[in-house]
Amino acid sequence: MDAVNFLVQCLNAVQYGLLLFLLASGLTLIFGIMGVINLAHGSFYMLGAYMAFVLTPWFADSFLLMLVAGGVLSALFGYVLEWAFYSYLYERAHLQQVLMAWALILVFEELRSLAVGNDVHGVPVPAWLSGSVPLGELMTYPVYRLFASVACIAIAAALYWLVNRTRLGMMIRAGASNRDMVRGLGIDIRRLYRIVFAGGVALAALAGMIAAPMSSVYPGMGSSVLIICFVVVVIGGIGSITGALLASLLVGFVDTFGKVFFAEYAGIGVYLLMALVLIWRPEGLLSVRRA
Amino acid sequence: MSLMQARRLTRRFGGLTAVDSVSLDLALDEIHALIGTNGAGKSTLVNMLSGELPASSGQVLLEGTDITRWPQPRRARAGLGRSYQRTTLFPAFTVFENCRLAAQASRPRSWVLWESAAACGHAGAIAGQALEAAGLADVAGRQAGTLSHGAKRQLEIALCLATQPRVLLLDEPLAGMGAEETERMLQLLRTLKRARAVLLVEHDMDAVFRIADRITVMANGAVIASGTPEEVRGNREVRVAYLGEGDAC
Amino acid sequence: MKDWLIPVLGAVLLALLPLMVEPYTQDLTVKMMVFAIFALSLELLVGMTGLVSLGHAAFFGIGAYVTVLASPEYDPGSVAMLLPMAVLAAAAYALIVGLLSLRTKGAYFIMVTLAFAQMAYFVFHDTRLGVSSDGIFLNVRPVQGSWLDLDDKRHLFYFVLACLVFTYSLLALVRRSRFGHALAGIRVNEQRMRAVGFHTFGYKLAAFTLAGALAGLAGFLLAAKDAAVNPALLSWHESSAVLLMITLGGLGHLRGAVLGTVVFTLLKEVFSTHSLVGPLADHWQLTLGVTVIAFVALLPHGLMGLPQRLRSRR
Repeated sequence: MDAVNFLVQCLNAVQYGLLLFLLASGLTLIFGIMGVINLAHGSFYMLGAYMAFVLTPWFADSFLLMLVAGGVLSALFGYVLEWAFYSYLYERAHLQQVLMAWALILVFEELRSLAVGNDVHGVPVPAWLSGSVPLGELMTYPVYRLFASVACIAIAAALYWLVNRTRLGMMIRAGASNRDMVRGLGIDIRRLYRIVFAGGVALAALAGMIAAPMSSVYPGMGSSVLIICFVVVVIGGIGSITGALLASLLVGFVDTFGKVFFAEYAGIGVYLLMALVLIWRPEGLLSVRRA
Repeated sequence: MSLMQARRLTRRFGGLTAVDSVSLDLALDEIHALIGTNGAGKSTLVNMLSGELPASSGQVLLEGTDITRWPQPRRARAGLGRSYQRTTLFPAFTVFENCRLAAQASRPRSWVLWESAAACGHAGAIAGQALEAAGLADVAGRQAGTLSHGAKRQLEIALCLATQPRVLLLDEPLAGMGAEETERMLQLLRTLKRARAVLLVEHDMDAVFRIADRITVMANGAVIASGTPEEVRGNREVRVAYLGEGDAC
Repeated sequence: MKDWLIPVLGAVLLALLPLMVEPYTQDLTVKMMVFAIFALSLELLVGMTGLVSLGHAAFFGIGAYVTVLASPEYDPGSVAMLLPMAVLAAAAYALIVGLLSLRTKGAYFIMVTLAFAQMAYFVFHDTRLGVSSDGIFLNVRPVQGSWLDLDDKRHLFYFVLACLVFTYSLLALVRRSRFGHALAGIRVNEQRMRAVGFHTFGYKLAAFTLAGALAGLAGFLLAAKDAAVNPALLSWHESSAVLLMITLGGLGHLRGAVLGTVVFTLLKEVFSTHSLVGPLADHWQLTLGVTVIAFVALLPHGLMGLPQRLRSRR
């Protein structure tokens, strides 16, 4: 493998990893703060992708604006969903959360089917982001993929700022390592939960919107990415956003380079990585809680 | 004769040293009380002795054998019993079944699938003895969850006894007890020390000074005094740090 | 004695069934029995030991796939060879997954079991091992000597019934044995069990592996029944469905697992039958989803817990 090819694969790995990070950070926050295993997280990713498909004709010229609109819409949706449904799950046993979330996925899939059908769709790459950047003499790299990475980094940076530099972020960090303590401090825990949940949904939907022009939009796109997300959270440690970032990038690299070197068996690489982490540090690489 | 020893046991959590080079001796026929304010490191120390928490450095010896690296179940099988501050019973089982389950641990024979657990006479006999010793023989058939608080604490002790231990680590057995129940528990504790070594972690100072043969006082993770109750009561540092007296005398 | 009455009656009724009903119902009953074995195997894990696994379908699917992959192409395979192979393959994977995942607890455990099941799904869906992502056919059903031909519907029915009786009895024995009591103790309070001297990891691993083996048995039976396997058998939808079956019936009861399987299978049938629910049949996932939500919200202890619920209402 020559240098340019290597660079291309690295860029792919980073881009995939960053996209995973958007999803995983939402998942780990929701679990870390509210203690809910959100099995339906993949559905929000799918929601974002379908939203991109539906909104594109309306936002023909302003892709960025569509992203913002999509983010706001999904956050609102998440806010309402938490109030209507998820808030009832917090005190329940994991088993019941799993079953409820699974049922929710069934409902989502069916509603999506009724709303936009079951066909595979494409979302066009906006004109100003199409085309490729030359790399070396023979290869080029799609501009959109670079944009995707940049967008993810921007969102990640915003998330970092929010979590580390604001009061809200302080409450979130406190909640991630000690839920009962936060409650005891008298913070309006219900509003906090709702905001965190809405944020998680928005992150997942944004990931879906950004990914839409690269992969197609199809039913079941949520499931495959969800489980990889879980693997990321297990590797990174529940509640740790830094852990999620590290793990996402690791997974991105293992998956991308795995496909290059091991062809059809590459898919198990990610799970083998998880197995290794389980042997070495079962609580996750950067867990904020004791195992 | 010393049955269990802790030698310079230390436990660090990141930058915090919760237990600092603590050495302790548990002797036969003795109740050794461990006292100290909250956060002094008592629970951490007990967890290192029982095997629930690995030590950062130091040694734990049981009847001469170095058990520092042993996991908790192995220590329990070797004769180390432990009761918990928060009641950890099996509420749906009867009192007798609770003890029988604990007694089963020493001779699990788990592959014998065709035999009912109730058929194990060996475990049943040991359970019966443990219940007698703990004074619960008359409630053997009651569901553990329906017992009074005092009786539940007694069952905690009975569960330990069902494993036929040589050393007992008792974590605040008197917690939440009224005067009468405390008396009964103290009586029980006195009988328990025969042919065993007992470590008693407690906050009830009256009780401690009444039944302890030796007392070790901890503060900020380290031992600040150790000796007979009179020696400890007279120790100035202890009086300042713990027994609530003013400084400078 | 009364405990045995209902299961024995059930077995007898089932044994008489083929004489009374038409082939469609018989077929449905075989399906329910196979899934009942699958559900019972999970009950051992979740109901008895308290280990909520979201990846149990992996062992089910492995049992099924091994059955088909190890069968000769145009001749019937031997039950005495294929059944143990399927069970052992499933048990082997369960052992490995158990060794790795039992180091975690609670939510982590759920996620990890899900991931390992997905890994197995991936192997059968995307790689050469699974042959095709649409699944594979079994050309000839297994036989055993001249006395058992699983191609014969009657033989299949009674063989599956025998396996169900075996599984149920085995688990009933486990439940009252020392091993079962230890598992119950671990479910209620693992810390306490360790404190009195039980090496709980070993017990959990044994339960996990046994559960996997029994799921593999169910997989073999499904492959024999349908003469086809596909990767969806290992999907998390399947794992979630079987979790639902045992919860629906009521955790902690062997009867609950069987009851839940029957109810779930019937519900699915009803929800997707046009003549019963009209146009809603095309959207059975919606109906099922809403039903599950309502059910978990209102009947957290399952159907076995219904009498108690009604009693407390008065």
